[in-house]
Amino acid sequence: MCPQDGALMDAPGPAPVGAHAVLTADDIRRAVRRIAHEIVERNHGLEGLVLVGMRTRGVPVAQRIADAIQEFEGQPVSVGALDINLYRDDIGSVDRAPHIQPTEMPTDIDGKTVVLVDDVLYTGRSIRAALDALTDFGRPAAIQLAVVVDRGHRELPIRPDYVGKNIPTARDEDVQVLLQETDGEDEVRIMKLIPEPER
Amino acid sequence: MIRSTGSGQAQEPTVQIATPPQARTPWTRRHLLDLDELSRDEIETILETTDAMKEILGREVPRVPALRGRTIVTLFYEASTRTRASFELAGKALGADVINIAAGGSSVEKGESLIDTVRTLEAIGAEVLVMRHFAAGAPYLVARHVSASVVNGGDGPHAHPTQALLDLYTMRAHIGDMRDKRVVIVGDIAHSRVVRSNIWGLAAMGAQIVVCGPPTLLPAGMRPSQQQTEEPLGLPNVEVQTNLDAALEDADVVMALRLQTERMHGGLIPSIREYATLYQITPERLSRAKTGALVMHPGPINEGVEISPEVATSIQSVIEEQVTNGVAVRMAVLYLLARGKPA
Repeated sequence: MCPQDGALMDAPGPAPVGAHAVLTADDIRRAVRRIAHEIVERNHGLEGLVLVGMRTRGVPVAQRIADAIQEFEGQPVSVGALDINLYRDDIGSVDRAPHIQPTEMPTDIDGKTVVLVDDVLYTGRSIRAALDALTDFGRPAAIQLAVVVDRGHRELPIRPDYVGKNIPTARDEDVQVLLQETDGEDEVRIMKLIPEPER
Repeated sequence: MIRSTGSGQAQEPTVQIATPPQARTPWTRRHLLDLDELSRDEIETILETTDAMKEILGREVPRVPALRGRTIVTLFYEASTRTRASFELAGKALGADVINIAAGGSSVEKGESLIDTVRTLEAIGAEVLVMRHFAAGAPYLVARHVSASVVNGGDGPHAHPTQALLDLYTMRAHIGDMRDKRVVIVGDIAHSRVVRSNIWGLAAMGAQIVVCGPPTLLPAGMRPSQQQTEEPLGLPNVEVQTNLDAALEDADVVMALRLQTERMHGGLIPSIREYATLYQITPERLSRAKTGALVMHPGPINEGVEISPEVATSIQSVIEEQVTNGVAVRMAVLYLLARGKPA
């Protein structure tokens, strides 16, 4: 997850104001379960399916989708975790090195169908980095993309296969997906960003 | 690392992926000169970053584009195998261009000064300068004169921060939390930059530090004939022992140091053989330490001197692992120093 994908970051920047919830915990739960059904339906089962969550918040979402699939289908799905910070294309334009965490691939992805999972889809640059990272692990038969929120403003030819909710936004807005596992609560918020005053 | 269960085997239930701890304070340092300037939190950041780097080194093609287009120069005024080679591998694994300069064969031989040399290297685009120098403090001088990041790869008897970091990483991998763990460092304490950096690092992590060696190989201020004070050395407090058996009692980690014969101008020990008789880590001596205590050595080993061959190759020895971890730790350091905005 990159700052440009509009998630909670500790980096200084525009201060958010007027946050309001657009998805509640129940909405998120339903969206995750629907995506889980869609993934199984589209791929005709679980054969060769691997879910790969993008750190940080894509990982718990991937885990929830896997839990839902296990519940419906009675079979487990492999879940991996991908840190894309070493593949970002904005080197030298961030002030500090982002904190990186290990990438964990539960299985060989050659010939598998990998479903990338992230919280917010925005410019698409994180997904580009994730595709590069996945390529370093092997040659999947197909890569699909699942996101909780698609907020538009793509800068690359990337589209999601499974979307929790399309939320039209302005560029000066920020969308935050909060999750129990990382933030202590489930909610999707939208807020206005106030640019930092010139110094 | 791919934790594949192999083909044909039933798929394990969904892997448990721990939720990360709250983000640490962002990394803000430009240089890595010694560990005395780092907080526990900063050391943890380096060690956690090293975890991620280890995963990359376990891949079939251990290369990521994180530092693509960046130039790293290693400038070594002293001999080195593992430090220089592991910095080079670390830089290349991150996609950087790495240029190696040894003082012999460079314009240093024509009399170019240290500052002129580093300015030249900076002029050709060096963004990170990894340097080893025989003079303590040389990297500090350089850091004041360049805008590149400076990494101390060993300065005289003063400091060797990346060695201490890889030692900490190796200990953490086996022991976990180092608080109140007894770490015994044996040998040539007086001439060792490794021990100095390790004392800072271990103190920051809360370990209990014991140094042990013949009085002539203890630095002034640590010799038993003198009142031990903190002042003359400016180091954190350590327990000083001259009797190895007493020092090893209940140890969690035993780290032997290389006898630095090239830095000894004679007369400090009667003979290598006598040193080995009194201070070699042998199976009998090691039995005083905790069961399964780690045996470490920064290398290169003087064979049959600091550590007996059976201990060096025993399962308690993590000496080879130290070398492997050296690459991952140096990747973490290079990444943290070079990934931010250029100065």
